[in-house]
Amino acid sequence: MLRFKCPVCGLRDETEFDYGGDATVVRPATAETAFEPWYDYVFLRDNPRGPHREFWHHSRGCRQWVVVERDTLSHDIGDVVLARDAVKENRS
Amino acid sequence: MTHYSALSLVAKAFSGHRSWSRAWRDPVPKPAYDIVIVGGGGHGLATAYYLAKEHGLRNVAVIEKGWLGGGNTGRNTTIVRSNYMMPGNTMFYERSLRLWEQLSQDLNFNQMVSQRGQFNLCHSPASLDAARRRGNVMRANGIDAELFSREEVMRRLPYLDYSDDARFPIIGSLFQPRAGTVRHDAVAWGYARGADALGVDIIQQCEVTGFILERGAVVGVETSKGPIRAKKVGTAVSGHTGYLAAKVGLRLPLETHVLQAFVTEPLRPMIDSVISYAAAHFYISQSDKGDLVLGGDLDGYNTYAQRGGLPLVEHTFASAKALIPSISRLRLMRQWGGVMDMTMDGSPIICKSPVDGFYINGGWCYGGFKATPASGYCFAWTLAKDEPHPDNAEFTLDRFRNGYQIDEKGMGPTPNAH
Ligand SMILES: Cc1cc2nc3c(=O)[nH]c(=O)nc-3n(C[C@H](O)[C@H](O)[C@H](O)COP(=O)(O)OP(=O)(O)OC[C@H]3O[C@@H](n4cnc5c(N)ncnc54)[C@H](O)[C@@H]3O)c2cc1C
Ligand SMILES: [Zn+2]
Repeated sequence: MLRFKCPVCGLRDETEFDYGGDATVVRPATAETAFEPWYDYVFLRDNPRGPHREFWHHSRGCRQWVVVERDTLSHDIGDVVLARDAVKENRS
Repeated sequence: MTHYSALSLVAKAFSGHRSWSRAWRDPVPKPAYDIVIVGGGGHGLATAYYLAKEHGLRNVAVIEKGWLGGGNTGRNTTIVRSNYMMPGNTMFYERSLRLWEQLSQDLNFNQMVSQRGQFNLCHSPASLDAARRRGNVMRANGIDAELFSREEVMRRLPYLDYSDDARFPIIGSLFQPRAGTVRHDAVAWGYARGADALGVDIIQQCEVTGFILERGAVVGVETSKGPIRAKKVGTAVSGHTGYLAAKVGLRLPLETHVLQAFVTEPLRPMIDSVISYAAAHFYISQSDKGDLVLGGDLDGYNTYAQRGGLPLVEHTFASAKALIPSISRLRLMRQWGGVMDMTMDGSPIICKSPVDGFYINGGWCYGGFKATPASGYCFAWTLAKDEPHPDNAEFTLDRFRNGYQIDEKGMGPTPNAH
């Protein structure tokens, strides 16, 4: 069982969350009309063997989206932050 | 190579079975080969076998980081079937099933191919309609398929829950009589023995750590036993395709996920077919030893760890009990996981990559065991001729770019189909 320290609710079981995939994938701006950025966004993934930043939705808890740092080989879990804060960081 | 037969078995019995020769050699890698296959699972070994047998290419090595069949070939639940309906998939999987039917004779190695039939249960009128359509597509392509009513399913599988309390009512089933199971280890060993006899070097305990690139083309592999040059390199590494492809600068339309499997304590013969419980995403069969072999869904998050978590154990056994209440007190003997490439349309990739000298066989999701013979056959063809066989012509990387995904489930770009 994976357990995440939700910034709102504290330490909770994986079963309270839904997985939202790779959090480093950034959706192109709606005005973007080039093919490549959209192709990349929809289909391609880094799929790292090691540290991975990923979205989880605390759907059976506070219903916030969080970004978790997890190692895909060891399942070690690092920082868990609210997705809206992580996105702000991405943009700055 | 000793020919295996009833006679050789009797003859060897007189020497207490101590005089059997090795099934394949354990060679020191040569500095160069025509073709190097990375990954000694069923797909890699089958590829080498067909390269040698069908195309006369014998200066070939298979490089395996662990032991033969220690990946998903030895971890899967061994179900083989050809109930696909998307162009690109249908005849590929049917080729595979036809190859399975001949494989024991072809390899002179008992594959224990057991065509016990597979049920795909339907739980709503919509799912029955979808099953009817799938069955019709199969039959139109000369593939066996039957549609059973609820009564027929009740007659054939009397131990399922047909009560009013059943979590999902069973209203019928699609049935493929020629589907069944195959002995997974025998697949790896049979292809290894066959390939070795034709001159292929099988090198175990040797990890490919990178590629030798010259002028942008792959001309060999870096391994834990030193560099090995090759005119062409093909990967057949199941869950590690993306990891290796990244080393030649390719990003692929897939993620690596884990699937678990389970066996219970042995029972008297009870389940004489393969049963898929679509509504709960659960399936079950019974091995020749008597234990029930069962599995469910993906754990659902990216992982390269060959182990799953407890939530899926609970899900799988809740499904087992909902479908077959009488097995609720069985003890679980073993549980394990395997990591697979989950592609964005649930279909595989067998093609020449955009990098010269680099060929990909991957993206098998959790249905690649049944594909082993056809996958090896088509990958060997692609490597030998630099063009796809008609049966793998659609399994390209380009399809995602060009809008020709083979989306058997019709659910869009999510890496969790099949
Ligand atoms: C639990 C589970 C149940 C499944 N059930 C079914 C089923 O019922 N029916 C079905 O059709 N399919 C099933 N599958 C899918 C099926 O097992 C796989 O698609 C198939 O076995 C893949 O075969 P392969 O030869 O490509 O991979 P593998 O057998 O995994 O072989 C790949 C090999 O590559 C080696 N390797 C990896 N990286 C390197 C490297 N860098 N250098 C050297 N070697 C390397 C690995 O050690 C491994 O031995 C299941 C999978 C799982 C995990
Ligand atoms: Zn929370």
